Amino acid sequence: MATKKSAIDKNIAIELLRKMLTSRKFEEKVQYYFSLGMIHGTTHLSIGEEGTAAGTCGALEPQDQIYATHRGHSQAVCKGIDVYKMMAEIFARANGVCKGKGGSMHIADKDRGVLGANGILGPSLALACGVAFAHKKRKEDIVTVAFFGDGASNEGVFHESLNLASVWNLPVLFICTNNTYGMSTHITKVMKDTDIANRAKPYMIPAKTIDGNDVWEVYNTIKEARKYVAEGNGPMMIVENTYRISGHSKSDGNLYRTKEEIASWKEKCPIKRWKEKLIENGVCTQEEIDAVEKETTDLIEGAVKFALDSPYPKLEDVYNDVYAD
Amino acid sequence: MGKIEMTYANAIKEAISEEMRRDQNVYMLGEDIGVYRGAFGVSGGMIDEFGPERIIDTPISETAFVGCAIGSAVAGMRPVVEIMFSDFMAVCWDMIINQAPKMRYMFGGKVSVPMVLRTASGGGTGAAAQHSQSLEAMLCHVPGLKVVIPSTPYDAKGLLKSAIRDNNPVMFLEQKLLYRTKGMVPEEEYTIPLGVADMKREGKDCTIVTYGRMVHMCLAAAEAVSKEGIQTEVIDLRTLLPMDKPSIIESVKKTKHLIVVHEAVKTGGLGGEIAASIAESEAFNYLDAPIKRLASEDVPVPFCPILEKGVLPDEIKIAQAIRDVLA
Repeated sequence: MATKKSAIDKNIAIELLRKMLTSRKFEEKVQYYFSLGMIHGTTHLSIGEEGTAAGTCGALEPQDQIYATHRGHSQAVCKGIDVYKMMAEIFARANGVCKGKGGSMHIADKDRGVLGANGILGPSLALACGVAFAHKKRKEDIVTVAFFGDGASNEGVFHESLNLASVWNLPVLFICTNNTYGMSTHITKVMKDTDIANRAKPYMIPAKTIDGNDVWEVYNTIKEARKYVAEGNGPMMIVENTYRISGHSKSDGNLYRTKEEIASWKEKCPIKRWKEKLIENGVCTQEEIDAVEKETTDLIEGAVKFALDSPYPKLEDVYNDVYAD
Repeated sequence: MGKIEMTYANAIKEAISEEMRRDQNVYMLGEDIGVYRGAFGVSGGMIDEFGPERIIDTPISETAFVGCAIGSAVAGMRPVVEIMFSDFMAVCWDMIINQAPKMRYMFGGKVSVPMVLRTASGGGTGAAAQHSQSLEAMLCHVPGLKVVIPSTPYDAKGLLKSAIRDNNPVMFLEQKLLYRTKGMVPEEEYTIPLGVADMKREGKDCTIVTYGRMVHMCLAAAEAVSKEGIQTEVIDLRTLLPMDKPSIIESVKKTKHLIVVHEAVKTGGLGGEIAASIAESEAFNYLDAPIKRLASEDVPVPFCPILEKGVLPDEIKIAQAIRDVLA
């Protein structure tokens, strides 16, 4: 599949920048308040991976649905979740998007097409098959996206789900955000063939590996992939190569990688690259980029204020939502 | 109200078929449930009525197809998924433990998972250790699931219809050795609410709390000791989670004696939970004797029929337990 890259549309360009910056600023605030001990539990940041989330979600239709990964803040943000309620959730507040019951690892809002981030690696691929199965049965123009990482592609459920989606011709888009580390373990230690796209071949699922830090490439690739899947051709898999600049979680001492490696990827930061490209190609002015910076900074500051002003759940709320009526 | 005789397997089939006719969102998926009719013949003929689009044969891929069932439930369908043997739940444990029962809670109540997972449970068939287990206690340890084990065709049909209409993941544990047993079932439509126990025999001397296949053993034992003048009350829990504890407590207050009988192994089994519930309740003060648990020996289910029979409770052991408790 050769991706056609059209001339950069300014509105789309600004929107992709807005998504990436919203996500980056959101996670920087999470990181900051976590370091102050004001956020409880754990958190898995996707700083550096925003190109994959923004490019993918930006190319989807509003009615499409995503299953996010445990490193899925950026995926939820870019799909259009309410960042105020998401921030409140991470601060464990009652008006959080999951009422304070899920936290960083389980961000979900079905009404915004965010079916839920999973704390277990891999099951989302099978769950996405089921959602896609339902939409296909009802002949709805909805594509279901399963985000997963390179690490999850070693789980059995990855292979089972690819097989099922393939043999049942399900409208699923499998998106691998390949950041080359499963926690601390590099992909070369756990896979002989590190091109994950090859894993789709035995299931006769078309797959392609792209530069996930080039948001424009991601956007254009997913636009085409979405069209292919929505037209009833069955599933497709896109591997978006990227890098996690932040540590795995709060406990990460970065003992498994060098400062130089991290620094080299900071140079390849998808946001930095996109800004440079927009200026170089004359798509936006620096002032316009600055305006998006300010707008997203204000948005996230508003989200933090909303979260901090929000009440904690009441203890009796613990019994709610275990069962549906 | 007219009644007809039918097998436990047919009662299950009738329940699903009626719900599939009533609601287009209900469908079945599992291994070899179509033309093959399922490993225990439950879905015989259903593919002829509903077609392969609604009676769906899956790959041998429990994690994928149970995950698919869950996902479709999230998207508004009502899957009835069959896992051939309950032992195979272990193959897709993540879906059963971490996914289906957790979503509603951890996603703040916006998602529901109206799924029924049917599976054949229990021993006595010579299928040995990986095809004979009774794993219900593990499921009851997971809030968010509901767990049902019917003992008669009447209960199976009424409970399964309720399970399909329930908006939560319901684990429906069918008893292998009961599939061919027969009972009377109303011709008219009916449902049985989940979470309500059924007194299968009334008595004043001793309460037996049980469920599933053991209900019949307990009834036979109760009949045997009735000739000795002992009147045993047999309570069939029917739903294990949520459990109808008030019915147990009321019965024990009346009879002052409690025996719990199940086919699952004793250690970590529901007998402990039931005994503890009585110990914590006002019924404890009414007890005239220690509570007794009858369950399988704490060993994997053996193949040899002499050994398998030997580790399971039976009517003779139950009858003796009644006499012992009342002695």
